[in-house]
Amino acid sequence: MSLSKHEMAELVARDIPRGAYVNLGIGQPTLVADHLPEGSGVVLHTENGMLNMGPAAAEGEVDPDLTNAGKIPVTELPGASYFHHADSFAMMRGGHLDVCVLGAFQVSATGDLANWHTGAPDAIPAVGGAMDLAIGAKSVFVMMTLFAKDGSPKLVPRCSYPLTGVGCVDRVYTDVATFDLGPDGVVVRETHGMSYDELADRLEVPLRQS
Amino acid sequence: MTATICDSVAAAVEGVADGSTVLIGGFGMAGMPVQLIDALIEQGATDLTVVSNNAGNGDTGLAALLAEGRVRKMVCSFPRQSDSWVFDGLYRAGRIELEVVPQGNLAERMRAAGAGIGAFYSPTAVGTPLAEGKETREIDGRTYVLELPIRGDVALIGAHRSDRMGNLVYRKTARNFGPVMATAATTVVAQVSEVVETGALDPESVVTPSIYVDRVVQV
Repeated sequence: MSLSKHEMAELVARDIPRGAYVNLGIGQPTLVADHLPEGSGVVLHTENGMLNMGPAAAEGEVDPDLTNAGKIPVTELPGASYFHHADSFAMMRGGHLDVCVLGAFQVSATGDLANWHTGAPDAIPAVGGAMDLAIGAKSVFVMMTLFAKDGSPKLVPRCSYPLTGVGCVDRVYTDVATFDLGPDGVVVRETHGMSYDELADRLEVPLRQS
Repeated sequence: MTATICDSVAAAVEGVADGSTVLIGGFGMAGMPVQLIDALIEQGATDLTVVSNNAGNGDTGLAALLAEGRVRKMVCSFPRQSDSWVFDGLYRAGRIELEVVPQGNLAERMRAAGAGIGAFYSPTAVGTPLAEGKETREIDGRTYVLELPIRGDVALIGAHRSDRMGNLVYRKTARNFGPVMATAATTVVAQVSEVVETGALDPESVVTPSIYVDRVVQV
């Protein structure tokens, strides 16, 4: 069986070191927060200027001055801190974040990331903090489905969408397999409901078994 | 000179010239100086270049300024949102210019302007369409792209409290771009929830020192 979004988020959460400083971007990767084990000590960073962000605000505790990168009202945990945007992005660029988890349209075998713009003529380009995160965090994890709706693979020899960052992705979690990208090429860490041979057959990138 | 405490938002935005570059604080609606923007609409300045993280939400604040046709060019990191219909319409009709800047470069370019830095090399956007045509340089084996400062004629920001000198404190993630923009414009205007007596703010907690702030208005 291939994995659901929540099962993928659970796998990512399992691999985040205890006490790590982590940015979960916007959208699907934010599900990872729900699966961090009790007492993990993981500190969440949000690009709009906060460390130790808490869960989404429940009805009745919404504060318009306290939101996450997706502009969703959130809460603060004990030990939280606030800082301005230049400091927040210095934390990324300066290599202070241990892990970031991002979504993707495509990832190349050499770790190039495309996740900000489809390049379609009528699309309005919007990058936000994706480019800063992609090149800044010590480890960059991507969480995505392995195949697009039309069945084409999203782990590709070379991205056809405009790039977010070059050679920046370390690991890709997908619904059917997890991959490590590095000097050894694309290494399959584990598969979910699809055999290694079928994976190798459907992808156009050379694979290795771990 | 310490800040002037204005008795109206109209007085706070007086003198903004046509063609100005206006830095507008806020991340979405958090920290957005909505009342100052409403006053700028009343004031009438047009042909503006606006620098802000987003390109307006819903129909108020920055979105209202855009809807009035006062903005020639938008410089931002993330124009496209679920509620950015005003900007989306103008952009698709070819009625507004757009410069998309990665969020960290946007903040750092304003920080550079405020700190007197002529330019800086950033690793962000290297090898992407947003670095096309820009000078690059390899330093210690890593490639960087040259980024130039962004300076404003005016900055409109939202803060939590000010004292009568213009020292500012912020509240939670509404701080966002405020402290950086406050350093990077010729005239810095802050709207605050409360103006307190000088000496009432803990000096250790002041985020934007009064030297950067020109006008304050309580809203």
